[in-house]
Order: sequence, then structure tokens, then C-alpha cells
Amino acid sequence: MTAKLSIRDLSFTYADGAQALQHINMEIFANELFVLFGPSRAGKTTLLRLINRLADLLDGVQRSGEILFNDQDVYNPNLDVTYLRRRIGMVFAVPTPLPGSIYANLAYGLEMAGIKDRRIIDERVERSLRQAALWDEVKDRLQDSAFALSGGQKQRMCLARSLVLEPDVILLDNPTSGLDPISTALVEESLFELKQQYTIIMVPHSVQQASRVADRAAFLLNGEVVEIGSQQRIFIHPRDKRTEDYVTGRFG
Amino acid sequence: MSRQQTQVLATWLISITAVVVILPIVLVVFYVVAKGIGTVNWQFLSQPPSNGMTEGGIFPALLGTVILTLGTAVAAIPLAVGAAIYLAEYAGDNRATRAIRLAIVNLAGIPSIVYGLFGLGMFVLFLNFGTSILAGALTLGLMTLPVVISTAEEAILAVPQEFRVVSLSLGASRWQTIRHQVLPHALPGIITGIILGLGRAAGETAPILFTVAAFYLPELPKSIFDQTMALPYHLYVISTQVPGMPLSIQYGTALVLLIIVLSFTLVATVIRTVMRRRRQW
Repeated sequence: MTAKLSIRDLSFTYADGAQALQHINMEIFANELFVLFGPSRAGKTTLLRLINRLADLLDGVQRSGEILFNDQDVYNPNLDVTYLRRRIGMVFAVPTPLPGSIYANLAYGLEMAGIKDRRIIDERVERSLRQAALWDEVKDRLQDSAFALSGGQKQRMCLARSLVLEPDVILLDNPTSGLDPISTALVEESLFELKQQYTIIMVPHSVQQASRVADRAAFLLNGEVVEIGSQQRIFIHPRDKRTEDYVTGRFG
Repeated sequence: MSRQQTQVLATWLISITAVVVILPIVLVVFYVVAKGIGTVNWQFLSQPPSNGMTEGGIFPALLGTVILTLGTAVAAIPLAVGAAIYLAEYAGDNRATRAIRLAIVNLAGIPSIVYGLFGLGMFVLFLNFGTSILAGALTLGLMTLPVVISTAEEAILAVPQEFRVVSLSLGASRWQTIRHQVLPHALPGIITGIILGLGRAAGETAPILFTVAAFYLPELPKSIFDQTMALPYHLYVISTQVPGMPLSIQYGTALVLLIIVLSFTLVATVIRTVMRRRRQW
């Protein structure tokens, strides 16, 4: 099986000299839900933002190693970064609607990609809202401001907003932070549906959530990969003492 | 003195300074309105001066100021907004950027008469535009640049960074992001800056002194290469250069100029307030 994403000897240092990632190696396969977990400052969010090149926004950083997406280096200067970001969608920890209606939020990515046909846009908006389990709640008020939605609805809208582009990979950076248990369950449930179609890399809210949703997981600590393996391997039979201590709640 | 008494005294002193700051503007406005209101009517606004400017109205000067303000807008807005977008969105934090910022700050501090002399040297003589609306508008535009750039940059930077990040993450290009997620939300601030800058330009005398303003013209300007009369300079002329000038015309002219300049500020404030109330974030 070839990897959807392979990360090779990736290191990353912020402008202030803080080393966020050191010699990261991992492979992520198609249609799996891959979890990146670990304590804060482990480098999880940084790694996600390197994959879709949002880290480009930072000045004065240093990066080495490579990230291959479908065997193509995402940092190849000839690669169109807008294309990359359409293929690799992202949902952020804090739900961030853009000012405007729910419909405008959903249609934005498509419009920026140059799609003008209203029928195609309408159809894709509906489909992605269904995939994010939000359609029934918002179908009668698509023109309302996205800011009027509840926290859980906003987050599912953000998920739908990245799905509308029909990406290949979805990066989920703690998509259930600040959500109540019911909304969390709704999001987690939709993940099982989504991975039939997409490859998902997720930073979870907690170890418990990581163990609930993961097919495979990587435990990160201080910018290094401690251990990578299947859900069973990481959460039930970890080999590394640090992984064991973290998943059993002895630190973190 | 007890702490209580110190507190009372301090409050009084601070209140007095506030009143002292407000008093001059209130007095100026009241004084000019009281003295000038009797003169300002449709005749005054729509008629040219007559009889050696001691009679008639101010129409050519009023029209000249409107034209010059429009010209200033055309000259300054694209350049200033472009520079603000560059500084806020594209410029890295390096020596070149710092030099540009320093230049803008210094540009804002240059006395307006120096702009006037620069305009004379650069536009009137070197570029050979002559004493003309073109030269005057460019000079005023140059003077307006720093204030518009600074306010526009601030307005652009005030747009939450998340909007940019989200937009980029959805595959929008950098320019699409600026065009659709940054500029629309920065627009009220940018417009406010433009209006305040134009308000200042409309009331300035020194920059137009050598570049465009005419003492008296029997005819209205026909092209941008013609001279024009302008309100601030006209006021200066009728207050100091024309013997036997009736005070009523002087105050009437001052009132019209004051209303124009203050209405710019008022419009800017209204736009800002309305747009802020409509904002969702």
C-alpha cells in the first residue's frame, strides 16, 4: 500500500528559536483516521499546519525534511499551494465562521476555485452539510448569519465548509474543543462515515477521544515522535514507557 | 490634604483641562457662525465675486475647492490604499519595510508650506504642468498620503487574522483572501481615513499657494491645466490683500470653509459608527 502522506525527517524551528518538531517520520494511508496526540507543545498543530502549508504565513522559520502528498513534495516551488489546500482541507480548534451567511461560508471555497454554476454549488453545499450532520438543522436558514449558529453547529459548519471542496485529506485540529458531549458525539460519529471517502488526520481533544476514534495513532512529545502504531498497539499495549504513562493518565 | 481632598482636586483639574481643550473649537465655531450666517445664502454660494471682490459670492472658489478635493482623491487614494495593503499584507519585517514606515511618519510631519514648495519645484516647474489644477491636486495628494496610509493600514491590520487563515485554508489565493475577506471588513476604516485626509486637504492653503490657486479669475477653469480659485486661499486673499473688504463676506467665506471641513469629519464619523454597528464580529 502506498502512503497518502509521508513525512520524512521533518524538523521545524520557529522564529524565536523554539524547536517545534525534530526528525519526524510517519506515513499516513488512504481512508484511515490517523490521530496525532500528546501533551501541549508536542508539535501537533505545527505538524498539521506544515502539511497544508499554512505555516508559510510565519516569518523567519526554519524547516528541513519533506512532506510527500500522493508522492509529490508539498514544498515543491512549482506546486500550486491553493491546489494543495483544496486537496487537503482543515478544520480549526476554534470554530471560525467567515462574516456572512451559512451559505456564503459553504460556497466560498468553491467560488474562489472559480466554480460559478449555482446548481453545482447548491448541490455540493447540501451534500457536505449532510455529511457534517448539519443539513436538517440549517436547511431553512442558509441565508442567516453563520455567527448565529451554536458552537457545535459552527464547528460542523466548518467541517462542511472544508468538505465542500471534496478534498483528499482532512486535517482536524481538535474539532471538538469547547463542544458539549452531544455535539462531540455527533462529530465523532460523522468521522466514521467520512473516512470511507477521505483520509483524516486528527488532533484529538483527549486521550479518551484518541482511543475511541483512531485507526492508528502517533504519540508526540516535545516535538518528537515517541511511538506510532495501531489503536490496539498504542492504547492497549504501548511499548514505550512514556506512551504508557501518558495514555494511562500518569502525566499530561 | 486628605486623600479624599486630593481626589476631588485632581478630578477638578482634569475636568478643567478637558474644557480648555474643547473651548477654542466651540468658540471658533460659534463666532464664525454668528458673524457669517447672515451672509451665506444661495446667492452667495452661486455668484462670482464682483466689484473688486467687495461684492458678490464665492462660487469660483467653492467650485475650485470641490475640484481640487476630487483631484486629491484621485491622486492619493489608489496610491495610499495600495501602499497600506502592501505594508499590512505583504511587507516582511525587515529593514526596507522599516525605512518605508519611517518615511511615512516623516512625511506626516512635514510642514504644509514645504509641500507647497516641493509641488512648485516638482510639478509646476520640473514636470512643466504649470500653475494648474493638476499640480495642485498632486501636491495636496502627496500631503494626504501619510494620514490615509496610516489609517488604512491600521484598519487592515484590525481585521482578525483568523479570516485570512480560514480563507487560505479553503484554497483562496493571497489576493483573493485580501479582496474578499480583508478589504471588505477594513473598508469603513479605510474610508474614514480617506475622508479625514481629504477634509484636511480641502482646508489647506500653503500647498496650493504656489501650485494652483489664483487671486482672482474672471472665468471658471476649463481643464486640469488651468488655474483655479480655491476657498482657503480666497479667504486669505480677501482677509489680508483686498482693501475695503466687507467683514460680512470674510466671515461668510470662513463659515462655508468651516462647514466643508467639519462636514468631512462628520461624514467620516457617521460612516464609522454605522459600519461598526453592522459588524458581526
